[in-house]
Amino acid sequence: MGDYSTETLSHIDREFIADLLQKGERIDGRAFNEYREIEIEANVVPAKAEGSALVRLGNTSVVAGVKVLVGEPYPDSPDEGVTMVTAEMSPIASPLFDLGPPKEDAIELARVVDRGVRESETVDVKKLCIKEGKKVYMVFADVYPLEYDGNLIDASSIAVNTALLTTKYPEMKYEDSALVETGELLSLPISNIAVEHTVAKIDDSLILDTILKEEFAQDCRLTMAVDKNDNFTALQKGGGSGPISLELIDQAMEMALESHKDIQKLIEDAVKNVE
Amino acid sequence: MSPEVKPDFLISPEGLRVDGRRPDEMRPIELKVGVLKQANGSASIRQGKTYIIAGVYGPRELHPRHLTLNDRAYLRVEYRMATFSVPDRKRPAPSRREKEISMVIANALKPALFLEEFPKAVVDVFIQVIQADGGTRCAAINAASLALADAGIPMKSLVPAVAVGKAEGKLIVDLGDEEDKYGQGDVPMAIMPQTEEITLLQQDGSFTREELLEAMQMGINSCKYLHELQKEALRRAYVKKAPENGDDDEDDDDDEFDDDLETDLGEAELMEDE
Repeated sequence: MGDYSTETLSHIDREFIADLLQKGERIDGRAFNEYREIEIEANVVPAKAEGSALVRLGNTSVVAGVKVLVGEPYPDSPDEGVTMVTAEMSPIASPLFDLGPPKEDAIELARVVDRGVRESETVDVKKLCIKEGKKVYMVFADVYPLEYDGNLIDASSIAVNTALLTTKYPEMKYEDSALVETGELLSLPISNIAVEHTVAKIDDSLILDTILKEEFAQDCRLTMAVDKNDNFTALQKGGGSGPISLELIDQAMEMALESHKDIQKLIEDAVKNVE
Repeated sequence: MSPEVKPDFLISPEGLRVDGRRPDEMRPIELKVGVLKQANGSASIRQGKTYIIAGVYGPRELHPRHLTLNDRAYLRVEYRMATFSVPDRKRPAPSRREKEISMVIANALKPALFLEEFPKAVVDVFIQVIQADGGTRCAAINAASLALADAGIPMKSLVPAVAVGKAEGKLIVDLGDEEDKYGQGDVPMAIMPQTEEITLLQQDGSFTREELLEAMQMGINSCKYLHELQKEALRRAYVKKAPENGDDDEDDDDDEFDDDLETDLGEAELMEDE
């Protein structure tokens, strides 16, 4: 991830990984379009967070939590609530992460996952309005990587989506210019779901769900959010500045379309287990 | 600034866009090379009402030192919006959006540069958005690659960029602000013109796979057109025209340069008045 990649990996390692791919193999033996084992644990912060999930993608793990607050709507959308994803790359997750305010890789992670949620209209923000122009629900989904062994974006996307699906928050009413709890618990108004899939390009090979070593060797990666109806709702080319051809992009889209149903099923199952 | 109003339609019954363009028509584009005297290289772009200036410094010594790369120069891109460039006042501190855009712009430009010519040095690209009216990251790339060429950084090619989008089900090229805000999606992209390889690709909104492929092909075509404009702008700055009647040679280059800068700023004021 980011640009220190080429610094940290020796040329020998990069060549080794690339040569192996040429022969149709990956260093951990997976197929090119195969995810690592995915474990999703929903509702891991039941006492304090309105929704949460812990996701393991092989040796990568992230925890995501949702907080639902009440706040004022933005002036240009007085009848809409707000959803927002943030991420912090705390040094707990990797010797490669530094202390300090979020750097561009953490910002990219958060904004890419955020776009996946926002652009697919996963949460129907119109239904998050309590009183037009005055009070709306604001849904914050915050991601904390715990272990970084590649592909934080997909892990975070799965975690955030699961956390949103398990979110339960107290209903509020606006009466005599004051907020009152009605005593009811609400689920978020979910109208779509879009999970992100990241494909890395190494020479002419495309591989899904990179481990850290592969990530270091990649020319670039392409992250795609695919929604329930097979529409693409967000793309991001990142992870290095290697250019990529239209044909490879098309192949990458095919890989994303092939895997998104399975992953959405995993998320739905994890959510059912809590209910 | 007048408050923004949502247009009644983005595509008219005749198939034209809010500003009267055809779906594959770009806004008027004006590129100028060498607009800043202090910078080693510079360029400005006006694309519709979007107005951006890019300045390049370097290759020069890199501070802080821990960023040093031993086998090539570090490309540092700083994309910033002026507080007055958007309808509401933008907060002056760099936003998360600006940081992300800076990064994707650097990634878009790097494949075109021979950074390995300058180990341990830095090439700084400062991009200032003066007026934002949609498509700023792409316009910024168009200007930045000209500024890099103007600074004499060895390059494989210029990097043209354009945003393709969708409004009312139709794919459209070079989104304006309203099309960006009220349209159905946005695909900013940049290419290496010779190979047609893509160096910047992002997307929001909702597209099918077929739509995306068509959008990217439209983007490639528009980028090739932009590439011609970029080369033309470089030629205007560097290729001296032979004087037509021989004795018209008194103006020296620096004077012409000053004039250019003044007109540039003058137009900016006019634009604010509109």
